[in-house]
Amino acid sequence: MKFSGQVYKFGNDIDTDAIIPARYLNTFEPAELAKHCMEDADPDFPVKVKPGDIIVAEKNFGCGSSREHAPIAIKAAGVSCVIAKSFARIFYRNAVNIGLPILESPEAVDAISEGDTLEVEPKTGRITNLRTGENYQAAPFPEFMQEIMDRGGLIEYVRAKVST
Amino acid sequence: MGMTISQKILAAHAGREYVEAGELINCKLDLVLGNDVTAPVAISEFDKLGLKEVFDKERVALVPDHFTPNKDIKSAEQAKIVREFARDYGIKNYFEIGRMGIEHCLLPEQGLVGPGDLVIGADSHTCTYGALGAFATGVGSTDMAAGMATGEAWFKVPESLKFVYYGQTPPFVGGKDFILHAIGDIGVDGARYMSMEFTGEAISNLSIDNRFSMANMAIEAGGKNGIIAPDDITLAYVKGRAQRPYTVYQSDNDAVYANVFEYDVAKMEPLVAFPHLPENTRPVSEAVHVMLDQVVIGSCTNGRIEDLETAAQILKGHKVHPELRVIIFPGTQNIYLEALRKGYIETFVEAGAVISTPTCGPCLGGHMGILAKGEKALATTNRNFVGRMGHPESEVYLCNPAVAAASAIKGRITAPWEIK
Repeated sequence: MKFSGQVYKFGNDIDTDAIIPARYLNTFEPAELAKHCMEDADPDFPVKVKPGDIIVAEKNFGCGSSREHAPIAIKAAGVSCVIAKSFARIFYRNAVNIGLPILESPEAVDAISEGDTLEVEPKTGRITNLRTGENYQAAPFPEFMQEIMDRGGLIEYVRAKVST
Repeated sequence: MGMTISQKILAAHAGREYVEAGELINCKLDLVLGNDVTAPVAISEFDKLGLKEVFDKERVALVPDHFTPNKDIKSAEQAKIVREFARDYGIKNYFEIGRMGIEHCLLPEQGLVGPGDLVIGADSHTCTYGALGAFATGVGSTDMAAGMATGEAWFKVPESLKFVYYGQTPPFVGGKDFILHAIGDIGVDGARYMSMEFTGEAISNLSIDNRFSMANMAIEAGGKNGIIAPDDITLAYVKGRAQRPYTVYQSDNDAVYANVFEYDVAKMEPLVAFPHLPENTRPVSEAVHVMLDQVVIGSCTNGRIEDLETAAQILKGHKVHPELRVIIFPGTQNIYLEALRKGYIETFVEAGAVISTPTCGPCLGGHMGILAKGEKALATTNRNFVGRMGHPESEVYLCNPAVAAASAIKGRITAPWEIK
């Protein structure tokens, strides 16, 4: 599967409080969370983001709290994938578990600008910048994690396990 | 080749003799934890599996601590989901308000975590239990759901960083300063995916409450877990509390570390982390110009009895600065009661502070002390991200309880030795 979308670029250490502030954690309704996605990093983001758009960030994206509401909000806002130089551990795990495609590629992040249009194939890690025509290659997922994502997330993976 | 304490605990729970850093392994869990923010999501995922039971009713802990006592109707609905799940599935370790506490203060106090345990919690500060020599790490709600269903979780065996603290600890310096020093040194992603192991003479002399503060903030350096090998201080704390048998592990002499950091604590002074990252640390003496609107003492980082004792000793006989609000929240009902019996609560009220029921409340900008635009707070909590305690244009500074109490008197960030 390939995604294409417009890039919104963010800096270093975007924490989960910036992705979805705790003042909105009194619900876990995805559509509600989406209304406030990235609000404390860019107040206009929930309004301007379109289905398929792509978040590109510097290092340590998703640091801080373990709230799964963060990847849920991003996914529900219509963001097709997140590309960063690196991801915080719990966010990485949560994104895999709920099936939000994430890719690590410092080279891509350095070369991509705000507003660029990208074509991304999460399974192979191939990223194409349609503005410049450049290609970048993100590290592939370990086989085990790819299997979780292929099944649509950890719960489906566990379901297969508990039923055998 | 030798193993670190973290490798040993993971190996034991994977049924293996040896595990290597970088390996993906499946482990049996001793405890799975969730709260009123993360458990409702986990319960909704768990329901999709259509199971009649959790893997073990005694090994799931549910603590409604974030937005309780319920701050609004939506929070009340979330707390209700957790309460009803606990009832329907016969979860033994559900803690209702009035009998609860902040999860990471409560679980060790109740003896639900012990040395050598492997614990996952749907809360990033689950790493706190490493103070007891357990391997404890924060996960998301879906991992919690899978853990409740199977009693297992997958892990990538982390590399370890060793932090050696040597020398004599100066007055007013404690575990909070030790960990802030490390975070300031390596940065908020300096231990990303890694285990942080704390050792050395200054750790051996450190009280259990101060050790909890240290392990608690391992996540603030991106760490997977923070851990201190059990010793007599650990075992004295665990004795009479532990609800299950426990195992003491130590790192081997030839264990492999990705890096070793050595700090002379004798040269340290209390630290203040400036907005908006815990790595922005400065000695308190370089922070005394910062005027404050609010001081918060408590949380899973510094809401234990020794923290309250430190604050009470400084505040006794003094008044809170007239232009400042001080909020003190004990970590658990038992800590609250002990503080009451020891006269600390009386000291706080006489000084002009408010005392809150145990809750995560203000630490994450939930309730009980939200900041307005432009306001500045000094807090013994663990995060100072943008908007963490309220308005996105408010500011949070982090410090230890002695600095917080001294600052409450002066209305600005204050070194404890300024208070006579």
